[in-house]
Amino acid sequence: MSDLGLTIAVPRGALMNETLDRLDAIGLDTSEVRSNDRKLLFGDIGVVTMRPSDVPTYVEAGAADVGFTGKDVLTEQSERDVYELLDLGYGRCVMVLATVDGPDPSVEALRRLGVMRVATKYYKTAIAYFEQTGRQAEIVEVKGSVELAPLTGLVEAIVDLTATGTTLRENNLIIREEIYVSTARLIANPVSHKLKAAAIDTMLEKLRAL
Amino acid sequence: MSLPVDTRTTIHPIPSGTRDVLPDEMRELRDITEAVRAVFELDAYGEVWTPALEYETVLGRGGGAPPAYRVFDDHGEVLALRTDMTVPIARLVSTRYPTAQPPLRFCYFAHAYRGVRPHRGQMREFLQAGIELIGAPAPQGTAEALTVLCHALDATGLRGYRIGLGDASLFRTLLRSLKVDDAIGDQLHRTLVQRDFVALEAELARLGLDDADAELLLRVPQIRGGPDVLSAAQGPVADAVAGLRRVYELLAPEVAERVIFDLGLARDLGYYTGAVFEVYDPALGAPLGGGGRYDELLGRFGRPLPAVGFALGIDRLHIALTGEELVT
Repeated sequence: MSDLGLTIAVPRGALMNETLDRLDAIGLDTSEVRSNDRKLLFGDIGVVTMRPSDVPTYVEAGAADVGFTGKDVLTEQSERDVYELLDLGYGRCVMVLATVDGPDPSVEALRRLGVMRVATKYYKTAIAYFEQTGRQAEIVEVKGSVELAPLTGLVEAIVDLTATGTTLRENNLIIREEIYVSTARLIANPVSHKLKAAAIDTMLEKLRAL
Repeated sequence: MSLPVDTRTTIHPIPSGTRDVLPDEMRELRDITEAVRAVFELDAYGEVWTPALEYETVLGRGGGAPPAYRVFDDHGEVLALRTDMTVPIARLVSTRYPTAQPPLRFCYFAHAYRGVRPHRGQMREFLQAGIELIGAPAPQGTAEALTVLCHALDATGLRGYRIGLGDASLFRTLLRSLKVDDAIGDQLHRTLVQRDFVALEAELARLGLDDADAELLLRVPQIRGGPDVLSAAQGPVADAVAGLRRVYELLAPEVAERVIFDLGLARDLGYYTGAVFEVYDPALGAPLGGGGRYDELLGRFGRPLPAVGFALGIDRLHIALTGEELVT
């Protein structure tokens, strides 16, 4: 438990370092978290570490009071009952629709076959996006590198998150449409938000002031 | 290790979001419902049963959660499994008690059905215990409902619970006093119900409101705490919390000490009009139940009477009680 008396879910991976920087800046000592990448629970400072997409699960159930995760994760898990308290600004990525360079194969597929095939790890986001834009799409869920799918003819397009666009460029893919911008967010459990209101508000104000 | 029988012939599925309750668990659930029932009886709330199936048009009139399970009857009418007991009891009051002198007090122990994502403490079929107090206006009626709620929870042996108390009309009152357009107000209210304060801030910035007004609309729904949050309220907020202050003044100390004010409390059912409340316990990450005033619901069934009620999720209460045992 931290001085704040909160259990804090911290994502491993791309958001981890900047999240720990923020926690240091508001007075937690995260040096042990940085130095030990096998340990998962750091009771002294109330930090638990996990993959970013697990953060809403722990926070919704109250196993963590607050958590840091990306807007991309929250959009994909929109049914989670958590409070979204603060846009932290870092971890900026764009959810995009991309295809191979040259004439757009997804347009051609829509014109001649009526349906475009789209590979993604963000199944719900993709379903919602094509519904909103009135296009018929067959969503192919993949677990590994999405960039491979249009190169092999599995699909005509992909929906994926990109930070710099480097991986897309290296695979001869170009961005056709930007769907939304994702940044890191602070979320809270609904019950903790009431019962630990003072601690959560203190943390929120400190983070807001950085 | 092999199983004693061939499970391919003995295991038969039940629908997602439903479950069996076996005797050990049932005894514990029964202890809870008996304790709650004794409190309701003592406070003169008469227990009722209503059909689990109602006409869809009757449920729709009430404006509660949309039904998840529908069937046709042999005349082609659409029947639906109830999503709560508040709407069926509103129907019952106007149909069976059209001229009875209010106030009327009813309680129930009944299953309701919703199309939720099944998880801990939230099945698609779930048992609720609750009361409806019909014809008792605010603030006295609200104070009585909160008192019965605390007595019922005390009777189960739950120790750490708190009651979050807010007002369903507070945000709208604020929007009106700041002269925000109704359509925009509806959009902002929907965002608040989703508890997305980041989106709320972005929408407020887009509207081009006065800085002070935007700040007020963002800050007020995040205010929660003891009675000092009411005394600190100024201007339009002070007017909006006047109703809550009157309720609070009527509460006995043992009830008042359980209350935390939550100016952002927005329950997602459409029929709430005034005070709303939820029950929180540190042993569970979701509310154990909740309720509020629905002063316009009875009118939709032809017997306009102010009313207030609450429902407790028996499974959630059970989980919280079990969780509290582990703490000591």
